[in-house]
Amino acid sequence: MIHPISSSLRNSRLAVEAVGLVKYFGENKAVDGVTLNIEAGRIYGVLGPNGAGKTTTISMLSTLLRPDAGHASIFGYDTVREAHIVRQLIGLTGQYASVDEKLSATENLFLFSRLLGLSRAEAKKKSAGLLESFGLTEAAKRPLSKFSGGMRRRLDLAASLIAQPPLIFLDEPTTGLDPRTRLQMWDTIRQLVGSGSTVLLTTQYLDEADQLADRIAVIDTGRVIAEGTPAELKASVGVAALELQLRSAAQAQTASETIRHMLRVECHVSPEGRITAPLADPGLITDVLLALRNHHIDLLEVSVKSPTLDEVFMAITGKEKQKVYA
Amino acid sequence: MLSKRPTAAQTVQQSLTMAYRGLLKVRYTPEQLVDVTVQPILFTLMFTYLFGGAISGNVQNYLPIIIPGILAQSILTGAITIGVQLREDMDKGVFDRFRSLPIARIAPLAGALLADTIRYALVTILTFTMGYIMGYRPVAGLGGVAVVSALVICFAWCVSWIFALAGVIGRSAASVQGISMMILFPLTFLSNAFVPVNTLPSGLRWFVQYNPVSHLVTAIRELLNQKVIGTDFWLTIVGGAVILLVFIPLTVRTYMRKA
Repeated sequence: MIHPISSSLRNSRLAVEAVGLVKYFGENKAVDGVTLNIEAGRIYGVLGPNGAGKTTTISMLSTLLRPDAGHASIFGYDTVREAHIVRQLIGLTGQYASVDEKLSATENLFLFSRLLGLSRAEAKKKSAGLLESFGLTEAAKRPLSKFSGGMRRRLDLAASLIAQPPLIFLDEPTTGLDPRTRLQMWDTIRQLVGSGSTVLLTTQYLDEADQLADRIAVIDTGRVIAEGTPAELKASVGVAALELQLRSAAQAQTASETIRHMLRVECHVSPEGRITAPLADPGLITDVLLALRNHHIDLLEVSVKSPTLDEVFMAITGKEKQKVYA
Repeated sequence: MLSKRPTAAQTVQQSLTMAYRGLLKVRYTPEQLVDVTVQPILFTLMFTYLFGGAISGNVQNYLPIIIPGILAQSILTGAITIGVQLREDMDKGVFDRFRSLPIARIAPLAGALLADTIRYALVTILTFTMGYIMGYRPVAGLGGVAVVSALVICFAWCVSWIFALAGVIGRSAASVQGISMMILFPLTFLSNAFVPVNTLPSGLRWFVQYNPVSHLVTAIRELLNQKVIGTDFWLTIVGGAVILLVFIPLTVRTYMRKA
């Protein structure tokens, strides 16, 4: 689905175009030349550990911070020179709930709606509607100090959606949430993209980026160290692995020879009778298993392990570190 | 559909919305108003009975001098909290959202300052009520009191931009409080608010005569006690305007860069 506003945008294809963004905090180079191209209508994940420069990057893209070098545009509008236009195109959900703690949920949404130019009546209607769709109606009148972390995040996200912006920034939307609330948040984020919005989300969780994002940029020490689809990133680390646990370690020799013959690769055999072999084409598994049965080799366990983003992350950041120290 | 910058009408509406936010917060935490409630009552009682005999011979003769002085002092003390409030607010996540919204940059500041009008009104009402109870009857009557109230509230609104700048610059609420008190104390006490100027040593007298607070106090006294709108009234208005011209751009720019 295409976002309703997209026809009036200067560049409706690229939601974010950032070139060589740099930000210093005193002597510390928090962001060191970040370049990003984010296509409209996707979920883009920015993945990195604490202090990698994710929030600073988002702050520059959402006009909160002025880059010290480089430039960025949102749907073709410059974040510095055309900041007011950019602000009409984005919704920001900060890492720490960007809602007013002292007010109730309704009052928060009402105020933000009024600031965005809605009339009193429209603002009331909009607030009620958003509270309803985020399951917050019951708690609407309570002050936020009585809200749980998940409720606060939901309200925060609701506040970002008042103007139905075509680009939504979510800075670590699930940090600190319990697993169930986290899954609910994921569903909500997927629905956003369903309605045509582009989402840029930062996360420290690899599985979150893997689950949600169409493309991922891995950031470490202020730089993008890898970029691509989750599949591409995993592929860059290596192929899947076939793991077999034999009933009897004595058969390991025969088994490994069979596998070597079938897959044409070297495999690793542990003393306990566990065989690991790289598996480029998962379609060959059936052949391997049939061959093993023909040799009367009994298996306890069969699994195909694809590399996780954790491994990707460790591999990339590890390589980077080696480069630094080399 | 996409606009380059907010219009004047939008700026006003957004500032008023932010002011409404300030009032909502007062409703949830009415203890914010303790300073502007307790101080006018306590100071009026304290200073009048403490200095009345020494300066004017008796309390009744001192009232026309001290009530304008207390009014000026209390209202300026009420104005400094804006800095602390802004600092606390800006340290919270919600200000990130305000800054990411397509609203006029001045709106969060102007709104907070506008909301403080309720504080200034409270100071004015309480000071005059205390004066009335103690026997003060201004020559200018209720009309004069209304003009004076408008004058002090406008002046407080101007001065609060100075303290707003302190709030935007300061690193923490505590440091903002400290800076503001350092500005406030010399300005209010080294003026003609409590004592006649001719009792002061010459260096100090020079400072007191040029202190804008002295002009404000004199303007109030002339208005209330002589029903006169004199030079000091106009000087106070010009002074307020100068403060606005200097501090609004300075504060808004600093806020945009730093916040």
